[in-house]
Amino acid sequence: MDKTTLDGNAAGGILREVFLFEMTLAEGACAHCGATNAIGATTAYMSGMGTVLRCPSCEHVLIRIVSTKGSYWLDMQGVRALHIKPEL
Amino acid sequence: MERTALPGRLIWQIGEVVATHPETERSKSLTLALPIWPGHLAGQHVDIRLTADDGYQAQRSYSIASPPEDGRQIMLTIERLDDGEVSPYLTDELRIGDKVELRGPIGGYFVWEERLGGPLLLIAGGSGIVPLMAMIRHRRAAGSTIPIRLLASFRTYDDIIYRDELEHLAGDELALEVITTLTRTQPPGWTGYMTRIDAELLRDVAWPIEQHPLTFICGPTQFVETTAANLLALGYEPTRIKTERFGPTGDT
Amino acid sequence: MSGGFISRGFRGRRQQSDLAGRIPPGQYLERRFPVLSAGPTPHTPLDKWDFSILGKVREPKRWTWEELLALPHEIPTVDISCVTKWTKLDTHWEGISVETLLQQVDYDPHSVGYVIAFSDGGYTTNIPLADVLGGKAWVAFSYEGEALAPEHGGPARLLVPHLYFWKSAKWVRGLRLVEQDEPGFWESLGYHNYGDPWKEQRYQGD
Repeated sequence: MDKTTLDGNAAGGILREVFLFEMTLAEGACAHCGATNAIGATTAYMSGMGTVLRCPSCEHVLIRIVSTKGSYWLDMQGVRALHIKPEL
Repeated sequence: MERTALPGRLIWQIGEVVATHPETERSKSLTLALPIWPGHLAGQHVDIRLTADDGYQAQRSYSIASPPEDGRQIMLTIERLDDGEVSPYLTDELRIGDKVELRGPIGGYFVWEERLGGPLLLIAGGSGIVPLMAMIRHRRAAGSTIPIRLLASFRTYDDIIYRDELEHLAGDELALEVITTLTRTQPPGWTGYMTRIDAELLRDVAWPIEQHPLTFICGPTQFVETTAANLLALGYEPTRIKTERFGPTGDT
Repeated sequence: MSGGFISRGFRGRRQQSDLAGRIPPGQYLERRFPVLSAGPTPHTPLDKWDFSILGKVREPKRWTWEELLALPHEIPTVDISCVTKWTKLDTHWEGISVETLLQQVDYDPHSVGYVIAFSDGGYTTNIPLADVLGGKAWVAFSYEGEALAPEHGGPARLLVPHLYFWKSAKWVRGLRLVEQDEPGFWESLGYHNYGDPWKEQRYQGD
C-alpha cells in the first residue's frame, strides 16, 4: 500500500490554476478501461515534479500536469472526454 | 444561505492570524481573517504557501475546520508532524498578527451540505477529523437534524481533537453520535473501543446498508484505503463513499 | 510567484552546510530520502522479474534476477540530486554497471544514439548512450547496505547520478536502444531532455 497516494480532490488547487472551473466534480472515462469517475475520485500522485491522476480501476494515467516557471504542460490522452459542470 | 458559485481563477491571498488555540499537544487551530473569501462548503481545503527570504517555497493543503456560516474568517486545525516542513512552522512559529499566504476554497468532491441529506457516516483517522468537523459544525449552524454518526480513531484520549466540543455536541444534539476508538492507550475506566477500525467495528457502528448512508472517510492514506475496502466488502454502495487521503503521517 | 510576500521566520527543512561546493546550484542538502512517485509501487515477484536490453540490437538479451546478480557487482558512492531541489551526498549503492550489461549485447555504437529506460508501471526516461557508458550508470539493487526498498524503486532501479534523479528510473525492467531520441514520461511534459544539475537543466528551455 502506498502511503503517499492521494485522492483527485487534492489536485483541486493545480486544476483550478489550469482550468477556470472547479474540476474535481468533472467526470471522465478512462481511455484504457472505460471506467468513468469524477476527478475527485481518481488516484492522485503529487510528487513535487507534477500531478499525475490515475484511473482508480486500472491505474492507467488519466491526466498529467506540470507547472514550470509560469507555464503549464497538460496531457489528457488518458481521458476519452471530460464532462465539466461549472456549477458546484 | 446563498449558494456560492466558484468562478474564475483561484488567487493567492494574504490572510492574517487573528486567533490561535491549542487543541491537543500536537495540534493547534488557527483562525485566519481573509480579505477576499467567496464562502466555502464543509469538506473543502485551502493551500498554504510559505516563502523563505531566499525565495524557497513550501506548499501544503489543509482542510477548513470551520463551517461556511462563519463568514470571512476561517479556522484551520494543524497537526504538527515532527519531521514536517510546513506544519511545525504553523503550530510553533505563527503568532497572532502574522500573515499567511493561501488560496481557496478548493475541492468540490469531498464536500457535504445539508441539501445532500444523510444519514451521514463520518470516519476519521487522527487529524482526518478536521473536514468532518466542518460538516458537523455546518449541520449545527444550519439547524439541521440529519443524523450523523462520527467514528473517530485516535491513539490516546489526549490525542482526541475537538474532544470537549464533541462531548458537548453529542450530549446536546439529537441524532449526533460520536464513537471513539483509542488504539494505543486508554484512560482508566474506558469502556469504548480499543482496536483499529476494522470490518467488525464497522459492522457494529455503521448505519445499516438499507439506510443508504453517505460516508466520508478522511485520514492517513493507509487508514482510508483499509476502511473504504472494509466498507465495500460489507456491501456499502461505492458511489455513496467519499474519501480524502492525507498521505503519510509522521514521515513526510 | 508570491509577489514578494515572505513568511516571517520560515526556513523550511534546509540545513546550513559548508559543503557548498558539492551541492549543485539551486539545491539544498537533504538528510532523509524522500519518496517521489508518479504511480503505485509495483510488486513484481523476483521469479517473474527480468531485465532486458532490446531495440537496435542484433538480438535482445534478457537476464533473470539470478543471472543479473551473478554479474560483477560494483559499489558506487555518489551524490544524487532531485529536480525538486534536494541533494543527498555520499549515497552508497550496489549494482551492475550498465556498461557490463551492454558489453553482452551486440549493437552498433555509431547508430545507437540513446537508451530508453522502461519500468514496471509504464514509466520511461531517455538518456544519451554515452551517458550510461564509462562507469556513469548502474542497475542498482542495494542502497546503504540493504536491499533496495520497493518505495525507492526496488528490486532494482537505474542509477545515473550525474543527471537529475528522475533519470534514475525506479522499478527499471530494461533499456531500449534507439537511433533517434524519444522523450520519456517527464521529458515529454516540460522537463529538460538532458537534465544536468550543474547547469540547472530542470525544464525545457533551461
